[in-house]
Formats: sequence, structure tokens, C-alpha cells
Amino acid sequence: VAATESYPADLLYHPEHDWARIDGDEAVLGITWYAQDALGELVHYEPPDIGATVSKDSSYGEVESVKAVSDLISPLSGEVLEVNQGVVDAPETVNDDPYGDGWLIRIRMTSPEEVEQLLELEAYKNLLAEA
Amino acid sequence: VQTLRQTPLHDRHVALGARMVPFAGWEMPVQYEGVIQEHKAVRTDAGVFDVSHMGEIEVEGPTVRDLLQSMLSNDIDKLEPGDAQYTLLTNEQGGIIDDLIVYRLDGHRFLIVANASNVEAVYGWLKEHELRGSDVRDVSGDYALLAVQGPHALEKLELPPAKAFTWAMGELDGVEVMINRTGYTGEEGVELGCMSDDAPALWDAVLARGVTPAGLGARDTLRLEVCYPLHGNDIGPRWDAISSGLGWACALGTGFTGAERLREIKERGPERKLVPFRMTEKAIPRQGMTIEGGGEVTSGSLSPMLDVGIGLGYVPAAASTPGTELVIDVRGKPRRAEVSKKPLYKKES
Repeated sequence: VAATESYPADLLYHPEHDWARIDGDEAVLGITWYAQDALGELVHYEPPDIGATVSKDSSYGEVESVKAVSDLISPLSGEVLEVNQGVVDAPETVNDDPYGDGWLIRIRMTSPEEVEQLLELEAYKNLLAEA
Repeated sequence: VQTLRQTPLHDRHVALGARMVPFAGWEMPVQYEGVIQEHKAVRTDAGVFDVSHMGEIEVEGPTVRDLLQSMLSNDIDKLEPGDAQYTLLTNEQGGIIDDLIVYRLDGHRFLIVANASNVEAVYGWLKEHELRGSDVRDVSGDYALLAVQGPHALEKLELPPAKAFTWAMGELDGVEVMINRTGYTGEEGVELGCMSDDAPALWDAVLARGVTPAGLGARDTLRLEVCYPLHGNDIGPRWDAISSGLGWACALGTGFTGAERLREIKERGPERKLVPFRMTEKAIPRQGMTIEGGGEVTSGSLSPMLDVGIGLGYVPAAASTPGTELVIDVRGKPRRAEVSKKPLYKKES
């Protein structure tokens, strides 16, 4: 069952429709409701390798729907600590629960100051309103 | 900026919340609820597609048989009134200008259904070769076309089964329809032709009978699972009909345009062949990807029924046998696939 539209206030957002949940020097990353809705039901998740380096504003993996392929843009720089195997096995989890079970990777931040550049909820909602 | 054309059902699609996309110059529904859901509705129950963007060309007159026999690849003399046939319009090299369904309406009148993006090319080609005593007219604007497909399609429409590739006039809930026993999904079903003005009433009647609206996204995955080629992806002017695996639709003895060239290719054996394949590694092939050893993916998707990546592509003839391993360049990553038999998906009986 597809999730209803929502954007949690405790997350930080990137203009490419990615979110980050900060926890100390770690962050969990995923894509927003808007992104999964635009793609449609996801059928493939191509994750990065554990230990790989991800860079802010660069692609760290791909998700695919039946019709489309989309790069996953990292909102932060860091090292990949964990990949959500549940989404590799069942990519539609992202459609069902984009901010919970549909998370994509967990990283250790290498430039924590980048957090300052991410959007708070209101700023992201304003960006969606202009889209 | 070119304005997109709309079918007579545009408002119906919007009201259902369809995602509308540009396709071959038309604004068409790619999905309503979701491609996979709609795909499975057609495989297990019944779905309806608005395919009014497809073109209709009427050819009429005492010399029409001669015109069509010299232009179209299949043997037009096999058609009695009430019959339909899959055929190709070919160029001098045996390349495919379009793939068509031709319906024999009566002794000297045929209806040709062409792909939306090729209507002008087909009409132009036939018009240019028109004989004295044959009249070629583009009547695309007059008609709408709804494909109702799936194992329960006939039961829901209360239509009796009939032989594939036949047609008859009939009526559905007060709308006069041409009932064509044709389709593009591999399922039982019909394609219903009606006057454009009647299309909304026909659409409403079909939905009221419990048929699921399905978009072009599902139409594409359904046809790919049963290995029906899509003109513009898998077949086209740059590939000859033999290499494209459509020799069965070419009556080489009739002397149609390109038949000599096709005979040569058939005798010599094509260098490359269009083959179906399925991924043996987790990846989704896409149109334009390179196949190692000199091949190219022409259509690719995830198969909603098989839950693996599937596709069609051209490979060297030596690599075209079912079971041959292929390696596809998936955005820089080599991913293994295997040449399959047709169809890729077959219902368990």
C-alpha cells in the first residue's frame, strides 16, 4: 500500500528530494515521498558497497521503477556503514514507508558541517510548492 | 512548441487520476494506479487501454488488392471479408516502415491500423504509390479504439469466443462497435473500434462492466513479456524484416517492395537477429544498452510476472540460440543475461 504524502519535521532535506536523519556523527539517508511518487513503484535498488565513500550532491546508487531509472543523490559526504538489505530484496518498501523501513544507507559523516547546508522542513516544502 | 493531441477520452483519463505523458505526439495515460497493478489486472482479469492514438487508413477501389499486395509483406489474398492480418510495410531494403493490422472490410475495401508515430509515413507511402482505381484515405480522426484484454475480458463484455484475427460489427451497451479479435498483450480479448463521438460512452460501459483501466506503461510490459516487437524500439526502417524475426509475416513470392532483398538475406542468413532474453543477474535492461560482442538492447524492463529483468535485442546470429549467455552493459556494470525462447512469459496451464 502506497504511503500518503508526508514530510517529517525531524529530518533534513536535499533539493534533489533526498532526506537525512542525523544521529551524532552518523546519518541515515533515503528519498522523500515526492521522489517515490514521481518514480512510481520501485522494482530495483542498486546500492553502494559498504565502506564506499559518498560525496555530497553526487550519486551513490540508483533506484528503478518499471519505466524509469533515477540516481540517488547524497545529501552529505561520508563512508557507507550499512545498506538496507530489506530494500534490496523488496524495493517497494520505499513506496510503502519512505522514512522508516524504506531507508537506503547509513553513513559516517566525513564533513559534518555540511549538515548546515541542508533544508529544514519549511524550506523543502517551499521548494515543493514551486515545483 | 508542438501541441500534443488528445484522444476523445482525455477527460476520462484525467478524471481517473491518470499520469499523462507525451507519446508519439499525443498526450496519453502511462498509468492510473500503477504499472505493475494494471499489468497483473490484464494477466489475471481484464484491462482496457485507450489506443485511439493509433491511426486508421482506409483503402478502397477496384485495384486495391493489387496496391496492397505490392506494398504489404503478407499475402493479402488470404483475407476474406471478416478477416484480419498482421503485416509489414517495407522499404526497398526490406526495412520496416511500420507494422500493421489490415482488416478486409469487403471485396474492395480494407482498413489498415498503423502505429501513431507512423500514420503519416504509412499514409504518405501508400498515397504516393496509389494506383488508378484505388483511393487511400487517412480516417484516423473519425475513430477511437479501445483494447479490452485479459482472461475475463470476453466474459465481462458478454462476447462469445471467436477466431483470432477476425472481426465483426456488433453493439456494446448501445454503442455500435467493430469487434476485432486482435491485441498486443498475449491475452484473450478484443480491440473495439467506434466512432470518436461514441468513445466516452463505450469507455464508461466497459468500466461499468468491471474492467480495470490500464495505461501505456502496462501495455509495454505486457507486450514485452510475450515478445511482440514495438516499432521504433525493436523494429524499424534500419533493420530488415528477416533479422527482426518477422519472416513469418513476409510472403516473399508476392513480390512486395523489398521482397528480393529479403530473400537474399534469408538465403544467406542474417548477420544479427532480434532475440528475447532474461537477466540471470539482478538488473533491469534498458533500450540502448550495449550487449558485449556487438549487440544492442532495443527494449527492456522488469517483468511484473517473472520479477526479473527481460528484454529484446539484436545479437550476432552466432549468439542467438536460446541458452546463450549475454553480457549487458548496465550503466558501466557488466550484468549477465540468457537468450530465451519466445514467449518470455507463458501462462501456467
